[in-house]
Parts: sequence; C-alpha cells; structure tokens
Amino acid sequence: MIQAEHLTKDYGLFRAVDDVSFRVQPGEIVGLLGPNGSGKTTIMRMLTGFFAPTDGTCSIAGVDIASDPRQARRMIGYLPERVALYPDMSVQGFLAFIAKVRGVEGRVQGAVDDAMEVCGLTPMAKRQIGKLSKGYRQRVGIAQAIIHQPQVLILDEPTVGLDPRQIVDIRSLIRTLSGLATVLLSTHILPEVSVTCSRVIILDKGHVIAEDSVEALTEKTAGRGETLVRVSGTENDILAAVRSTAGVEEVEVLERSRGGVLALAVRSTRGGAVRPHLVRTLVDGGWSVHEVSPRLMSLEDLFVDILERAGRAERGA
Amino acid sequence: MMAAIRPFLALLTKELRGFFASPLVYFVGAVFLALSGYYFYTNLNAFITFGFGESIVEHLWQRLYSDIVRVVITVIPLVTMGVFAEEKHLGTVELLYTTPLRDFEIFAAKFLACMAVFVVVVGSTLLYPALIYRIEPFDCSSLVSVYLGLLLLIGAMVSIGIFLSSLTESQLIAAMFTYGAVLLLWNLSWNEAAVPGDLLAIVTQLCAFDHFEPFGRGVIDLKDVGYFVAIMTLMGWSTMRSMESRQWRGRR
Repeated sequence: MIQAEHLTKDYGLFRAVDDVSFRVQPGEIVGLLGPNGSGKTTIMRMLTGFFAPTDGTCSIAGVDIASDPRQARRMIGYLPERVALYPDMSVQGFLAFIAKVRGVEGRVQGAVDDAMEVCGLTPMAKRQIGKLSKGYRQRVGIAQAIIHQPQVLILDEPTVGLDPRQIVDIRSLIRTLSGLATVLLSTHILPEVSVTCSRVIILDKGHVIAEDSVEALTEKTAGRGETLVRVSGTENDILAAVRSTAGVEEVEVLERSRGGVLALAVRSTRGGAVRPHLVRTLVDGGWSVHEVSPRLMSLEDLFVDILERAGRAERGA
Repeated sequence: MMAAIRPFLALLTKELRGFFASPLVYFVGAVFLALSGYYFYTNLNAFITFGFGESIVEHLWQRLYSDIVRVVITVIPLVTMGVFAEEKHLGTVELLYTTPLRDFEIFAAKFLACMAVFVVVVGSTLLYPALIYRIEPFDCSSLVSVYLGLLLLIGAMVSIGIFLSSLTESQLIAAMFTYGAVLLLWNLSWNEAAVPGDLLAIVTQLCAFDHFEPFGRGVIDLKDVGYFVAIMTLMGWSTMRSMESRQWRGRR
C-alpha cells in the first residue's frame, strides 16, 4: 500500500534521510520509531507529497507521488507533527473545508458527520477550534485526516503533548481506524509502538536500522539465549547446580527478593533449548521453581541495544 | 468541471470568510473610508474655492484618487501580511500543501480573496462621485478609467504583499516590507530633479505613479495596463517559487 524505494532527502549539505526503503501492506499499522531528528517527519513529508525526495521514489497504492501527486494525495490522510488547525473556525466548518479541498464527492455534511462520530467530536461540532483542549484538537487533526476516507493514514507523532488519558483515547482511536485504512505512524515513545503497531521500522540518523514485527524484534534480542529463572532456595547451591547444567555459559544474579526468591539471568550456548534441562536440574535439586522464561528486553533496552550494535558495525566497517 | 474547481472554490470561500469574519477588515475599511472621505471633502473644497480654471467633474478624479492611493498604500500591508505568514506560523500551510490543491490555485485563491476585500472597500468610494452626479450629471468615462486603474494598481500592490508574506512567518515583517515596497514603487520618481536625465526615463517607467496617473485623465494605455499586469505576473511567479522553496529548505 505504501512503498518507499531508496528515499533520500538532502537539506543543503545535510542528508536528513539516506537511502530508506520499506513497504507497508494493506491493513497494517506500522510504526516509524526513532529519536528526534532521525528523519521520521522528513520521510512522512515525502510520502505525503509535501516535498519531493532528492533521490528515490515513493508510491501510494501503486500511484507514484512524483508523477501524479494530486491522485496520490487524494488517497492519503495526513496528521502533521504540529497539528495545524485554523483557530477561528468551528470544528464542523473546518472539517467541511478540508472535505471540499480534498475532493470529497457527494454530500460533504455526511462525511463531516461521520468523521466527527468516529473521533468523538459530535458534541463539539459548533465549538471554535481555538477554544478546544489539546486532546480534542488532536481529534480534529485526526478527523481531518480521515474525512475523505483515505486508503492510507500517515500520522506524525499522534500522541505527542497529550495527557495520559488522552493518549489512551487516541491510541484506541488509531486502532479503530486500522480497520478502515493502512496506518503509518511515527513516534519516539517506545510503548506506543508495542501498544498500537503490528510492525516497526526503526530509524536513526536517516537510516533504517531495523525493521520487523514488534514480537520478532523482541525475540531477536531474546534469541541471544538468555533465560530468566526465578527460584527459591540457598543461593550458592542453586548457582552451583545451574552452572553445572549442560550448555550454561554464565549466570548472573539479577535480584534477591525478600521472600527468598532469586532471579537469575542464564546465558547459554544452546539458547532457549537449555530451559528444559534447567527446569529438570532445579526440580531434581528440590528447589521451588517460580518461573523459567526467555528473558525479554523492554523496548527501551531493545532500542538502545540496536543503536549500539549499529554504532559498533559502523565503527567496525 | 465543477468537481475540478471545487477544492479551489472551497479555499477561496475559506479565505473570504477569514477576511470578512475577522474584525481586521472592518477596522481597515473604517479607517480607509474615513480618510478617503476626508480627501474627497478637502479636494472638492479646494476645487470649489480656487477653481483652477478647470471643470470639477473632469479633473477632480485625478487629484482625489492619487490621494486615495496613499490610503490604499497604508492599508494594503494590513490585508496581505497574514496571507501566507499566518498559515506558516500556524503550520496550516502544511495541510494546504498536502491536499490535491495546486500551488497556483493556492496563490490564486489568496490573491482573489484580497482583491475582494479591496473591491468592497474601494468600491464604497463610488459614493463620492455618485453624490456629485446627483447634483450635476457628468460623463463617466474618466471615472471608469480611474477605477480600472485603481483595480490594476491594487492588484499589483496586493501581489507584492502576498509575495513578501510568503517569505516569512512573521506578519509584522511581511507588513513592514510590503509597506516599504509599495510606497517606494509609488514614489520612485517623486523627485525628478534628483535623478540624472538618462536614468529618469527608466525610473519613471518603473514608477507606479507614472503609470496610474493617465487613468485619472481618462486615458487607458496598453503600456500602463501591461505594467501592472507584468508586476502581478512577476509576483505570482515569485510567490510560487517561494512556495516551492519547501523542496530544498525542508521547511514550511
């Protein structure tokens, strides 16, 4: 549905986006994740036709943006990073304007009512936009993006600056929209992608440094063979037993809880395959096993890890 | 056909609404009409008192409307300053740039909306000649030509204002530069003695006053019409280049 091929964007001598390629399949919610300044907004502006790439191409549902920008833009709903609205217009007046500008065919009022309904704006229809709370303004921003029933929704940091409740609201709104359109959203907040996205593209300094499903990415780092073990008993005995288990390389004590439960990180040459053996060792030793599981990294850990590895690869090269 | 220009009409309507629903235009209109009314009164009075040996109904216009242009110059920056600067400041220009609207349509809608403001405000000054006509009917041809001249002059000045507004996010900066530019354009040849002879020919060709003045005498010269149309074209072209600068500046 969205296809980016070797996108590159230079601002003068500064290369903001460097040879970025990715695809988004119909119906997916994909997150563009990266620190501020990693090129997220620039990529989105190329996809929406705000400006053209220095090099490379992008297309929306098979329509090339450079060769037919008007047709491509008709298929895109876009929420810019700085939600830009006309403060002195009413909610419905603004949405009607956007509907007409975006070439909604047939009854504009119907499209406006639908968009307000989906975004929970109906009670605010006649309110002046400048007098709305930030959460409601964000909803107006999303409503204008979906008003022409686009096939593709591009949302640049849709929850930035909202309070926790509004964030939850907007995220569930985005998930609702996923049935209606393909969604590409950007964020620098990690939990956001795990909550809303099915797939994530991680960017740093204008490069794609990783691209996978949220689960697979987490698994990738978990696949280094670390196992989390929670077990209660005498620390030294347990450590000795675990170390003697075949395939165990290294054991690290993560935590000693007051209830006497020991949390261990076990690294093994055999990866996850060591777990059944570990369980047997511990059970045979008579200790109470509370948990044996792959040691999952949080997305924060994952992100830092990927950045570090990318950095090492760069220095190594 | 209708469907093709519907987005353009929607933007034009929004622009018009932006002007006529905001107090600024009414304050601008009030100040404009107060000043131009004062110029009408004083010009008419001067004619009646001193006579100048000229027919009032034929010669009042060129004096009156040169004075009215001074008021036009004062208010033009106030109308055009926000056209792009405010959209850039609010960030809404990013919305416009990502709709199916062409850059030219965006410029045209904004230009026409500004012109509509001036058609209403300057059109109100038709009251003054109408008053005289009631007392003594006269040949309206020079009046028609002076209003055509005003329309062209305002079109040229508005296009300058829109261009300068497209260069900045600050309405104040846009207004100040517009004021400077249109005032200079109008006054370029005001002191003929200060300009060396060879240069004078060029300076008068560039000066808006010299091209407007014949309209006040009832003379419509293609050369003068062309001058104003050329400014509008140049400024429209420049505005579109300025809109395109997002391509390489990466900013709005």
